[in-house]
Amino acid sequence: MTRNKRTIPGFGVTLGVTLTYLSLVILIPLAALFIRAAGASLADWGAIITDRRVLASLRLSFGGALLAAAINAVTGMLVAWVLVRYRFPGRRLADAIVDLPFALPTAVAGVALTALYAPNGWIGSLLAPLGIQVAFTPLGVLVAMTFIGLPFVVRTVEPVLADFDAEVEEAASTLGASRRYTVWRVILPAAAPALATGFALAFARAVGEYGSVIFIAGNMPGVSEIAPLLIVTKLEQYDYIGATVIAAIMLIVSFVMLLVVNALQKWHRTQMGEA
Amino acid sequence: MALESANSESRLMRWVLIAAAMAVLALFLVLPLAAVLAQAVAKGWSHYFNSVTGDDTLSAVRLTLIVAAIAVPANLVFGVCASWAVAKFDFPGKSILVTLIDLPFSVSPVISGLVYVLMFGLQGWLGPWLRDHDTKVIFAVPGIVLATIFVTFPFVARELIPLMEEQGRAEEEAAAVLGAGGLRTFFTVTLPNVKWALLTGVLLCNARAMGEFGAVSVVSGHIRGLTNTMPLQVEILYNEYDLVGAFAVASLLALLALVTLAAKNAVEWFHGDSLAAGRRH
Repeated sequence: MTRNKRTIPGFGVTLGVTLTYLSLVILIPLAALFIRAAGASLADWGAIITDRRVLASLRLSFGGALLAAAINAVTGMLVAWVLVRYRFPGRRLADAIVDLPFALPTAVAGVALTALYAPNGWIGSLLAPLGIQVAFTPLGVLVAMTFIGLPFVVRTVEPVLADFDAEVEEAASTLGASRRYTVWRVILPAAAPALATGFALAFARAVGEYGSVIFIAGNMPGVSEIAPLLIVTKLEQYDYIGATVIAAIMLIVSFVMLLVVNALQKWHRTQMGEA
Repeated sequence: MALESANSESRLMRWVLIAAAMAVLALFLVLPLAAVLAQAVAKGWSHYFNSVTGDDTLSAVRLTLIVAAIAVPANLVFGVCASWAVAKFDFPGKSILVTLIDLPFSVSPVISGLVYVLMFGLQGWLGPWLRDHDTKVIFAVPGIVLATIFVTFPFVARELIPLMEEQGRAEEEAAAVLGAGGLRTFFTVTLPNVKWALLTGVLLCNARAMGEFGAVSVVSGHIRGLTNTMPLQVEILYNEYDLVGAFAVASLLALLALVTLAAKNAVEWFHGDSLAAGRRH
């Protein structure tokens, strides 16, 4: 019956390969982690999630990611606006360089940022006289998280700004709206879904980030130790239950974030459709 | 012309915004890159070349190439299969499948490594069985390959799916009606339409495969000369205070990133029409 409808061959094979590979590589290993975490006793869970070091690391990972995503929303919007709306020498190059955090290995970003922000680094030595220390403090974590999150906002907002109908802006100014009013009340609302999507993506990436953070963080337990590092530390101490429970908590939050991103993207698409 | 000016910022405002945006990019993106290169050659070029050609570094380069040579083709085949199934057919649960394909992007790299330790490590489900059969997955190359496949899983598929959905099914249907088989249809009809998107996906997949740190670090065991990839070698040298060595290896990876970006932008520049709408800029 379905055979008649499908003139194109290969459905069974390709879907079969996809589902098998997806299950073996992603779904079964992830399920194994949840089964392991569920196997831990309530007392274990209680001890882990009330542990001050665990709580501090989760607070740093999630709080830092939230703040970094907020910074990215502002700077990303600015960069996207300038790249889409203005023509200036070097624009192509600037547009290309935005993707750098996607392409640069996180360990390289980590050592590079540390070299820059260490007290004797190019930027660190400028900040030191002001009494600001970035490397080896929670501020360093924030810098690394902001670095890796920047492209997400720029890349989600750019197409919306590019597709925005010039007539709507013209109508607003013809009707007497000031430029500022047009930007705040006409353009920004149209870009809001994309901005929210970019924010959520940057947040999701920063929460789990490891490589670019651990070099610059200093990794003081309870102060500048991120949750992914605590998982690694627990593994190295053969505390498999501790590592698994923290991982399960992070995964649950990530999956909720994924649902939020999906809902945002649907909103984003309907907005794009209207424009 | 009058409308034009009413609909844009004043000249001054425009240049202030451009300057601010460029300052953000310079501060956050260009400066770190410059720092890597400056540190790598801080003690002169001969020191740099000695660091790059050290035995441990060369074996790290070799391992990184081997891992990418397995992980990238594996995810290429998967990505093509997945996009064929998703873009050319309708079936229940399709949107869930697409979400699941993107899943690795929202999993911390450390957790991507941890799941395999829980499966194949000595404390894991299959650990004792593997030990009895003298096979090592964790702290060995197979584990590194698996962790790399996990984190680079979505790259090819997410580049292809939007484009193949945009292009519709008419050409493939025509080929099928004219009697072409599945493989022939793919290679003569579909592939020419999607080759540039495929190349972009492979480039990004490869860059991540060669540069992955967190996931690989959990499963590698950091055995010098055996299970160290280039990013892990950066970490080891850095922790040993061999800064020139660490930044020398890092500069090779930075070069890889720059080549990847240049190639990706060249594809977008010359063949932007043949990429999915959302991917053009």
